[in-house]
Amino acid sequence: MKIITVTGQAVVIPGDDIDTDRIVPARFLKEITFEKMGNYLFYDERFHADGSPKDFPLNAVDRLGATVLVVGANFGCGSSREHAPQAIMRYGFKAIVGVSFSDIFSGNCQAIGVPCIPVLQSDIDAIMNAVADASSTLTLDLGNQQIQAGDQTWSSQLSPARQQAFVTGEWNIKEILKANAAQTRTVAKRLPYIQNFTS
Amino acid sequence: MAKRTLYNHVWDRHTVETLPNGDTQLFIGLHMVHEVTSPQAFSQLSEHGETVAYPDRTVATVDHIVPTDSIQRPFQDPQAEAMLSALQHNTNAFGVQFFGLDSGQYGIVHIVGPELGFTQPGMTIVCGDSHTSTHGAFGSLAFGIGTTQIEHVLATQTLALPSLKVRQIQVTGTLAPGVSAKDVILKIIQTLGVHGGIGYAYEYAGSVIESMDMEGRMTICNMSIEGGARVGYVNPDETTFAYMKGRPYAPNDAQWAAALDYWTAIRTQPEAEFDDQVFIDGNQLEPMVTWGIHPGQSVGISERLPMPNGDADMLRAYDHMGLTPGDPIAGTPIDVAFIGSCTNARLPDLREAAAVLTNQRVHDSVRCLVVPGSSAIKQQAEAEGLDKIFKAAGADWRSPGCSMCLAMNPDQLVGNERCASSSNRNFIGRQGSATGRTFLMSPAMVATAAIHGCITDCRA
Repeated sequence: MKIITVTGQAVVIPGDDIDTDRIVPARFLKEITFEKMGNYLFYDERFHADGSPKDFPLNAVDRLGATVLVVGANFGCGSSREHAPQAIMRYGFKAIVGVSFSDIFSGNCQAIGVPCIPVLQSDIDAIMNAVADASSTLTLDLGNQQIQAGDQTWSSQLSPARQQAFVTGEWNIKEILKANAAQTRTVAKRLPYIQNFTS
Repeated sequence: MAKRTLYNHVWDRHTVETLPNGDTQLFIGLHMVHEVTSPQAFSQLSEHGETVAYPDRTVATVDHIVPTDSIQRPFQDPQAEAMLSALQHNTNAFGVQFFGLDSGQYGIVHIVGPELGFTQPGMTIVCGDSHTSTHGAFGSLAFGIGTTQIEHVLATQTLALPSLKVRQIQVTGTLAPGVSAKDVILKIIQTLGVHGGIGYAYEYAGSVIESMDMEGRMTICNMSIEGGARVGYVNPDETTFAYMKGRPYAPNDAQWAAALDYWTAIRTQPEAEFDDQVFIDGNQLEPMVTWGIHPGQSVGISERLPMPNGDADMLRAYDHMGLTPGDPIAGTPIDVAFIGSCTNARLPDLREAAAVLTNQRVHDSVRCLVVPGSSAIKQQAEAEGLDKIFKAAGADWRSPGCSMCLAMNPDQLVGNERCASSSNRNFIGRQGSATGRTFLMSPAMVATAAIHGCITDCRA
């Protein structure tokens, strides 16, 4: 599936260094499928211990249909749990815009077709302000490396490799990797440890 | 772009193809599997009628969900039982070697891999766990991956990856007594920040690293990811080779010379070029303690807590931790002391803690948990009598597992307890209570805090 543009309502999660334990607390990792992960997104940020809702951006009644997350720096740091991107995707988000992303997190997001789009630190406040009104929409134009809200535009800092992976649909990479099985065997044959250090 | 570094040598030798978008298809030499992040990947293989492409390059153990007081099956937690059952089923169905609870060799995956000799220099190593960077201590490129990528590796033994830049971090001088590998890595993270390593592999070098044992190097590489670096490594040397020799799955005597040739060839060359270089003066280091809600928020034991600088995240950290800016970190009361995790649950870590606890008592207000990283470490520690020291001090001596590093087994903080912890993450909620508070430090510092009931300089 090609991912060329994403348009929708945005939710801002303020703050830097939001870790994957906050995105999905570890106790929810004991399920052997990802099916219900959307229910656990930011669980301890959204709910008190008694289950009553906290004042958290995702709980805003006028943002329940949002499809874009807007975040700060180093979003998704910490654990490699794909439960975090899965929770974000299954909750209904299609893309994330932020100052920067943990390498493991953004790689996991790419592998399931959720673009993590970096923007300049100097642009993030303006982007967050532009979506302050719940009626506003954010458009992520991956083809033209632009982010747009109303009459404002900002440049996407998505790497050319990531950009191409999304716009061509090659983010869904497994079949491409499988097609190179012969080359894979050739590389394995050249590695001394794969050959038990015998050659 | 870096040239002639270990990163370049290993990356190039494992490159299968340049993919259409410019990423690299990289061959994976060793894939380690545990119960938490693998079941969905195996399910996908089953659904598509696929097999594991290189089962003999794949090895599994169980660690996150294992109770450390009793491993009797079925576990009391039905979800934990289901996870282990799924791993048993999957490893059996797909022909993957599994070190289960009855193997006598189970433990934390990042401890078991090296001690059995699976982890070797010059390999690419992945696991569905961010602390896979631990294995970089041997001069491998080792990094955490997510479940979809686990599926890719199971099905093809390869991954699609962007290349990394290389930052060499030289730790010069000599560490003072009482200062350990944990203090070095906490200082590195404090200096470069928790996102300083995004896009980088960290090469650790310098006299402090070169004179460090393998366990210390593993502690440092383990926490690379806490500084944002997915990969951290140390060039293999005589210390590495001596550690490898005789391990069950390491090269044998007949293979040894060829292995040494390869392990030497992949080292960073003297004329290597780095994207960045950083120098840390090891002579100046003191024991470090985190006070906040990420591993970069730390101070030396003699220091005071920083004054707020208008940063909202710092205010949030103070709010969660219940601390006062400007107070000394020493003297902060604790309720729990945890010695364990893939960062600091190896034999030298336990010896360090036992040395502190010898002829001492854990403070009445503290519960202290000592959790060896693997079955082998537990046996060795008991052979040395370390368990007796811990028990005599009033600490709880447990069986191997991830334990209180994260909230996936019965070992958890309760309410807003404060925990002196030898683990790797002080994130909000990390140790099982949404209001729990974690202070990261070395095993010697945890043991000292356990005795005094508050954070205390282990050198005093």
